[in-house]
Amino acid sequence: MKQLSDNIHFARKHLREEVLPSPFCPGCGCGTLTNCILKAIEELGYKDLREFVFCSGIGCSSWIPSPHFKADTLHVTHGRSLPVALGVKLVRPELRVVVLGGDGDMAGIGLNHLVQAARRNLDITTIMVNNMIYGMTGGQIAPTTPFGVKTSTTPLGSFEYPLDVSRVMVASGASYVARWTTFHVSQVKEAVKKALGKEGFSFVEVVSQCPAIFGRRIGMDEGGRMLQWFRDNSVPVSKAKDAEEKLLAGKLIVGEFADIEKPGLLRNLSELRQKVTEVEKQ
Amino acid sequence: MYSSISGDLAESSCASEAVHFTNGLAYLLFFFVFVFCKSNIIRKGLFSQFRSSKCRAILTRLTTVDPGTYFWQGNVACAEGALAAGCRFFAGYPITPANEIAEWMSRRMPSLGGVCIQMEDEIASMGAVIGASWGGVKSMTATSGPGFSLMQENIGLAIMTETPCVVVDVQRVGPSTGQATKCAQGDVMQARWGTHGDHEIIVLAPNSVQEMFSLTIKAFNLAEQYRTPIILLSDEIVSHLRERIDIPEHVDVVERRETLQPPFFTSGDRVPEGMPPLGKGLSVSVTGSSHDSTGIRATVDPEIHRKLVEGLVLKIRRDKSRLVDFEAIGIEQCDIGAISFGCTSRAVCDAIEIAGARGIRVGHLRLRTIWPFPDEKVRQLAEIAQVVLVPEMSLGQVYLEVERVAPENTKIVPLCKIGGGLMFTPEEISSAILQNAAR
Repeated sequence: MKQLSDNIHFARKHLREEVLPSPFCPGCGCGTLTNCILKAIEELGYKDLREFVFCSGIGCSSWIPSPHFKADTLHVTHGRSLPVALGVKLVRPELRVVVLGGDGDMAGIGLNHLVQAARRNLDITTIMVNNMIYGMTGGQIAPTTPFGVKTSTTPLGSFEYPLDVSRVMVASGASYVARWTTFHVSQVKEAVKKALGKEGFSFVEVVSQCPAIFGRRIGMDEGGRMLQWFRDNSVPVSKAKDAEEKLLAGKLIVGEFADIEKPGLLRNLSELRQKVTEVEKQ
Repeated sequence: MYSSISGDLAESSCASEAVHFTNGLAYLLFFFVFVFCKSNIIRKGLFSQFRSSKCRAILTRLTTVDPGTYFWQGNVACAEGALAAGCRFFAGYPITPANEIAEWMSRRMPSLGGVCIQMEDEIASMGAVIGASWGGVKSMTATSGPGFSLMQENIGLAIMTETPCVVVDVQRVGPSTGQATKCAQGDVMQARWGTHGDHEIIVLAPNSVQEMFSLTIKAFNLAEQYRTPIILLSDEIVSHLRERIDIPEHVDVVERRETLQPPFFTSGDRVPEGMPPLGKGLSVSVTGSSHDSTGIRATVDPEIHRKLVEGLVLKIRRDKSRLVDFEAIGIEQCDIGAISFGCTSRAVCDAIEIAGARGIRVGHLRLRTIWPFPDEKVRQLAEIAQVVLVPEMSLGQVYLEVERVAPENTKIVPLCKIGGGLMFTPEEISSAILQNAAR
């Protein structure tokens, strides 16, 4: 028995046994990301998740923490995970608040909240799982769907341009912004570690494979094939800087987009409080 | 002695522990006050505290402003009521005619160790309020019609996740943008059914600056007791009215309680004695999806969903007779009945005098809770009066409820006035009374 327990996957002690197996489709990237997040947390020295509050909205990736993580999890309305996370963080600054959600949740219905959270430099870590489609509802076009892709609501192909959410985050003033794919497992893990250590708003975009809903629409109905696609089409941000725009068409630019030191919302708020107390003392 | 109730959130590592610590101190202080002070008021407060502390942590605590008489606007009284009730988180979005609440909060919160933040919209405001409440801090938002519409999604979330919080809706002329600065009473049904799915809701309707204070405190107390969002349904006139208000030395407040033992959510019709704290290793699962009483999602099981929603409804319905709150004047013997709420009730009071001078006795039922609706009292008035006048600044919303519960042979007369924010004049109501009164 002892040997058996030694072989138990590291992530399982952080998961609620009673809700396993997970509901994710075969080949989904959410499992990979679950591992990356939990590994990052372990490597930061946390034995369990009691100091963490995970907040998520609606969508496949919102199910990563809720109900799977053995942690305090708030599973809220579609796109509204960030405001709820803000409420928690502002009254419980000692807790580590992590928001998880998909591209529909965050770049679609909840984009305003995402931009505003970055603008405030709210001290939370946000992980956006970008599968380029609305997976849970059956494959409708998302704000991140590449041009021309046929989805269930664009049967003739998408006629809109996708949003580069990471770049929006940089422009919005986030302290840390990185994008990787589920092919880059160790980079994702390192990015999450770094994000958790940052003051202010840290944002990690993880391009993830959805072979069941998105992959089959672009001729890649296996998770492995999509990972190969990620591998072959990822361009590090350092190289992309000098590359011609033509060459970058259809490529995934990965790496760190922002890593700055900037006071977070909490610090600004407590400084304000201090000022008020000083004035009152006088 | 007891003003930094929640402790400084930024400094204390755990706000709730600070609350417990101060609670202990307060008990000690109360003991000494009880022994040495002969003041009846304080003794009365003490007795009420010990009487009720068996079931709920009701504390008689000092208000956050100096007791005395003030000349305040309704919205300010509402903000101060919230602070007195222990609210230390406010999130809102600018909207007329509710702005003064957020503005007042923004000035008052920092020195009380609380947070006041302007969010990007009302959806986010309501979300932040839910988050803060789960963080262990009493929280509130305030808005008006258009913002109230946006909040409905997350009000549903608060109902489903049993999150105590207070939502103030200062009614204005709608639908849509309508007349932003003008008074109306057309959100009665939105407050009841604004969010989708089966649910019960508690809605309080103040009619004076004094009640903007006291009913806000009551809203917070009910929110804690029933673990549900409470709507304070004000209107532009009551909110912008300035009049005398007496701030008492003490107010009765239901404190936030922690529960460490599951179930963390209503089971049967049993409301948990508090909220499970985050960050204590309890693995609290909060979800807007259907869930069992431990909080674990169940998206297909009909039985779990039925139990959940029936519980959410029952916990309020079961206590209906205790929850309904009204002012009944002269309803035992009257020639005509009048049912009103909010600003309209003030005109009714004057109209009753005018009618009285003409020999007409009016039984007046003024609703402090609109939901749950005081069916029995309305029926009683209808039976006695035979004719019931329902003046309201809408095209008839409370009217529909009166019609629902009144006996068939009752004559129910709606008196509707909308647009422009013009309040009923006492003469408009008194002439309707004189026209319709059974002689």
